[in-house]
Amino acid sequence: MNFSVLFGLLAQTEPNPTTHQAAALMTKAAEQAEHAAQALQHAAQASRFGVVDFFVYLAYLIAAMLFVFGLKRLSSPRTARNGNIIAGVGMLIAIVVTLLDQHIVGFGTIIAGAIVGGAIGLIAAKKVPMTGMPEMVALFNGSGGAASAVVALAEYWRGKPADLPGDTALTIGLSILIGMVTLTGSVLAFAKLRGTSIRGVRLGNPLAFAGQHYANFLALGVVFILVILLGYTPGAQWAVVIIFILATLLGITLVSPIGGADMPVVVSLLNSYSGLAACATGFVLNNAGLIISGALVGASGLILTNIMCKAMDRSLLNVLAGGFGQDIAAAGSTQAQEGLTVRKMDAEEAAMVLEAAQSVVIVPGYGMAVAQAQHVVAEMAEFLREKGIDVKFAIHPVAGRMPGHMNVLLAEANVDYELLHDLELNSEMPQIDVALIIGANDVVNPSARDDPSSQIYGMPIFDVDKCKTVMVCKRSLNPGFAGIQNPLFFKENTTMLFGDAKQMITDILRALKEG
Amino acid sequence: MLAELLATGASGEMLPTLAKNLGVFVLAIMLGFEVIVKVPPTLHTPLMSGSNAISGITIVGALLIAGAHFEGHPWINVVFGFLAVMFAMINVVGGFVVTDRMLAMFKRK
Repeated sequence: MNFSVLFGLLAQTEPNPTTHQAAALMTKAAEQAEHAAQALQHAAQASRFGVVDFFVYLAYLIAAMLFVFGLKRLSSPRTARNGNIIAGVGMLIAIVVTLLDQHIVGFGTIIAGAIVGGAIGLIAAKKVPMTGMPEMVALFNGSGGAASAVVALAEYWRGKPADLPGDTALTIGLSILIGMVTLTGSVLAFAKLRGTSIRGVRLGNPLAFAGQHYANFLALGVVFILVILLGYTPGAQWAVVIIFILATLLGITLVSPIGGADMPVVVSLLNSYSGLAACATGFVLNNAGLIISGALVGASGLILTNIMCKAMDRSLLNVLAGGFGQDIAAAGSTQAQEGLTVRKMDAEEAAMVLEAAQSVVIVPGYGMAVAQAQHVVAEMAEFLREKGIDVKFAIHPVAGRMPGHMNVLLAEANVDYELLHDLELNSEMPQIDVALIIGANDVVNPSARDDPSSQIYGMPIFDVDKCKTVMVCKRSLNPGFAGIQNPLFFKENTTMLFGDAKQMITDILRALKEG
Repeated sequence: MLAELLATGASGEMLPTLAKNLGVFVLAIMLGFEVIVKVPPTLHTPLMSGSNAISGITIVGALLIAGAHFEGHPWINVVFGFLAVMFAMINVVGGFVVTDRMLAMFKRK
């Protein structure tokens, strides 16, 4: 690693001057300096293949390989936990190897940062309820972006910025851009997911000023030009400052027009950005281990983003343009409009219908998470299964506020993961006796299938209307996130169970046990 | 041609390094797609939090700053180093722990 220094020292110790030959000495010294400089250059290249470097590089590659193995084991719930541990070992290797690096001369700052960050991460990870997982993942995304941006800023000012190689300066600019967009975008996504209001304005609603998209494009364009400029003139500190400010604002203005219901897409996309931020840091440090690891995360986030968009039959651009749907604020009317009739039922009647069924499919949605009803739903499902009724769960890819949200909630409530099904369950719907919809709406709206004029037309749904009986547990007839009325509620084979999901299912369970 | 570029030193080094890194990046993205497409929807939340932990690999850069001594700007490596290590550690510790907590819940009856 330090061959260059060694060569430098050798070059200095060689001369053996006498005071009488000053002039000759000067030329000789100049020559030697030149030789030394050349030696330095050769050494700089030789050092890239130095023994220590080689093993450090190997260790980072092993870490990246362990990440790949870990992710591979996530392909089944049986092996997944073990996979996560393998990835953790990879991270440990990367950290230990870095700590052994001879450039690390002091451990005070490291220990302080590790204790504070580790404690925050540990407490958050242990305390967060499963319903709060989307918010937590959003914050973790942001923290990854922040780390990347801070590293890039420090790398920029660690020496004289003007002396930085062009490619390093360029990747530093990119790293600040991605890192800050990820940070502020994630913090806003977190606020939207929490349902935060500022001065009575619900952040979960799509918020945009006139011409915001043009402003975003303009700002992005300016940032890219500045990043390229930084590659040519690394000393342009003002460019770094402007990139930082614009990227900070862009995170907010890119996410603010997107409605609360589209958060699964945004959280997935920010997940991808947090990986790309790590990648950018890898480019700054010229470290393949970071580039590979970051790229894995980037790919993962992109795949999830794509799945979410497909599950809503919308393009990513359409989602990012925002303005789709309003966050529901308050409970609304349970009265049908326009002379449509709604059949209602109470818990006892619902229990009787369930008892008489041979097969039941439960479709959970965000409403179940809000009501924290997953445990009682799981208990009811278990009770029905013990009675010999075939119970399955139908989970739409965009149910909840992040990919896989419902699955985690039901796993928490001890539901066997083999009972959790995806859209493939649609082929069985006509044979199913009872569909019980709990806090879901748009994902069972037949307009998406039948009504070309509908805003959600084309979105894949569960064909629960083909089941023999449909029961919808919902607080009111309020339309869903998409703001669209659901014809399912008014069909002949549909009955509504109005009320809080947790309360209603608890009542049904009690009636089942008594009956 | 490539060797010539390399031999010209600092200015010529830029292209091969960037190109090499870009090659690694593209291949890793493709590998990522192949591996992650196979993750079932049931595990998508743990996938997100787990990959979040992996993106905490930025800790490598953070440690190199927090542990270094910057001539001229000692406060940069203290302040920025502390922040970088803290943020990266939140990702690493929080990500792996919460993923483990979730995956422990996925059981067969």
